[in-house]
Amino acid sequence: MEADESALPLEGSKITITSWMAFKDKIGRGWYRFRRNPISLAGGSMVLLVILLAILAPYVTPYPRHAGAFTDFSSTFQAPSGSHWFGTDEVGRDVFTRVIFGYRVSLMMAVVVLGLSVPFGVFLGLVAGYFSGRIETVIMRTTDIFLALPPLVMALAICSAFTPTIEKAMLAVASIWWTWHCRLIAGITRSIKTEEFVQASQAIGSSHARILFKDILPNCASALMVKITLDAGFVILVGAGLSFLGLGVQPPKPGLGTMISYGAQHLPMKWWLTVFPSLAIFFLILGFNLLGDGLRDMLDVEAEGI
Amino acid sequence: MSDPLLVVKDLVKRFPIRAGIFHRKVAEVKAVEAVSFDIRGGEIFSLVGESGSGKSTVGKTLLGIYRPTDGTIRFKGKDVTTLTKENARFFKKEAQMVFQDPKSSLNPRRSIKSTLEETLIVHKIARNGRERERMVGGLLEMVELPPNYMYKYPSMLSGGQRQRVAIARALALDPSFIVLDEPTSALDVSVQAKIIRLLRRLQAKRQMAYLFISHDLSLMRTMASRTAVMYLGRIYELAPTEELFTNPLYPYTKTLISAVPVVSEEERRMKPEKQSLGGEIPSPINPPGGCAFHPRCSLVERVCSEQLPDLVEVKPGHFVRCHGVTNA
Repeated sequence: MEADESALPLEGSKITITSWMAFKDKIGRGWYRFRRNPISLAGGSMVLLVILLAILAPYVTPYPRHAGAFTDFSSTFQAPSGSHWFGTDEVGRDVFTRVIFGYRVSLMMAVVVLGLSVPFGVFLGLVAGYFSGRIETVIMRTTDIFLALPPLVMALAICSAFTPTIEKAMLAVASIWWTWHCRLIAGITRSIKTEEFVQASQAIGSSHARILFKDILPNCASALMVKITLDAGFVILVGAGLSFLGLGVQPPKPGLGTMISYGAQHLPMKWWLTVFPSLAIFFLILGFNLLGDGLRDMLDVEAEGI
Repeated sequence: MSDPLLVVKDLVKRFPIRAGIFHRKVAEVKAVEAVSFDIRGGEIFSLVGESGSGKSTVGKTLLGIYRPTDGTIRFKGKDVTTLTKENARFFKKEAQMVFQDPKSSLNPRRSIKSTLEETLIVHKIARNGRERERMVGGLLEMVELPPNYMYKYPSMLSGGQRQRVAIARALALDPSFIVLDEPTSALDVSVQAKIIRLLRRLQAKRQMAYLFISHDLSLMRTMASRTAVMYLGRIYELAPTEELFTNPLYPYTKTLISAVPVVSEEERRMKPEKQSLGGEIPSPINPPGGCAFHPRCSLVERVCSEQLPDLVEVKPGHFVRCHGVTNA
């Protein structure tokens, strides 16, 4: 296989490679593998569609004013029709419009929770995995304590102790969520730090910080990407659950969980009030899970805890 | 004879095996036990032994990758046993390492440029990015690779090319001493020869000293000026290479040399009678008492299992640790 060369003639080689070409090549390969994986392509399209709809909500929804405290008592409880695809609710608001705006809150929940918990968990995981001994013990045992608290219960506790708002719910979930990332990254770091390229950096004299962020972190990237994608779905589910219990999104703001909870009072006759928000949650979480599974296959991630 | 570049005295490295929630030490892997030797400037000193004999651990402990359990390491007269901020800066510029398998010694997520730049950045060698890039190109030329390979990733290179990159990394600070940890054993035979030629050329040009860790005895015979034979963490024989090959004294050395394949009739006549060893190398967690080789030795006496023989200079420069030799 490598019977060739090893050293190439310096003069003879006319091929010039630039950093831009190497970068394009790397991106190109990743995109090629992504394209060939129908699962990740389907999941990616679903997630992308929802994100676009949520961002462009005021422009793509038929009744943007219905997202707030709007009332139109002449058209309450209308069944799905051409003008109201998902029907209308008890004060005459368009359910389709409110579902799309509800996606905004759900996605914001995922972004905020993961944005807070991932960097924190990753940093602690890197430190715990790299410096074994007492530091590792302290970090990992603390993690275990937090792991014992289900995020939903933690959020319930915080939100029922104070006035429930979606911001507090996000903080509560984030305060638990970092543990999963910490454990994942600590495990990967522990196995990577024995690799010879880490020892090579030590032999050169690189600082611990440089080794952690330049050598180890990039090697965690694939696993982290998969984990974050799969997590986004779960965080949204937890957020919807909190809203359903009345501890997340407060009316009149549109939240998918809140809508389901209010609609449930009118089951089974006014079924569209619960079914469409539920399907919306289902669609988004399925999208994230398919994307995550596809990424996992594509990037060949084999780490425990995903 | 010049002053030795590197003096290692009674180097010990034990890896604790910890278990339980309190990380209690339950056992130790005695990887290196009281190893002493010295290396002169510009010399190729080789360390041979089978897998698990602790030779790689010696190399890695010398460079501070592992913290020595005991013993002293002096480099150019300075104590570098434990690296502090000041002596680490000095020592890491002077002493570098090439690892066994370039597949694992190059970070797959870093471009060749990023890997080679690391040294220049850490030691603040270059003033700016453009100068660094020029220096990285120069390093690649030194190991006979086209400079534009710096934009590639390790996965795009062959095994031999990767090992050249690893050598370039070691050369970046113009060291006077390089530990070569079986630098060719992960490569194809045809590529091995090219890497060896490159290493020889570089050594001749820059007057570097090599600690060449290997189990390829015939290669060491052509390269090294002195050779030490390790078994279960200890040096059992140390001699000028030619002396070691023509007049091996320790039974284990004899067995190793008898196992080297020969090509010419002349070589065959000089070679000791073929012997083969029964069994495996014992566990370094619980090594045999006395001379560690006694369970596999053909000349074993009672004293061998009871008392560790001393490393004795039997001829100028030829040291051996064996009751059978020193008592006879």
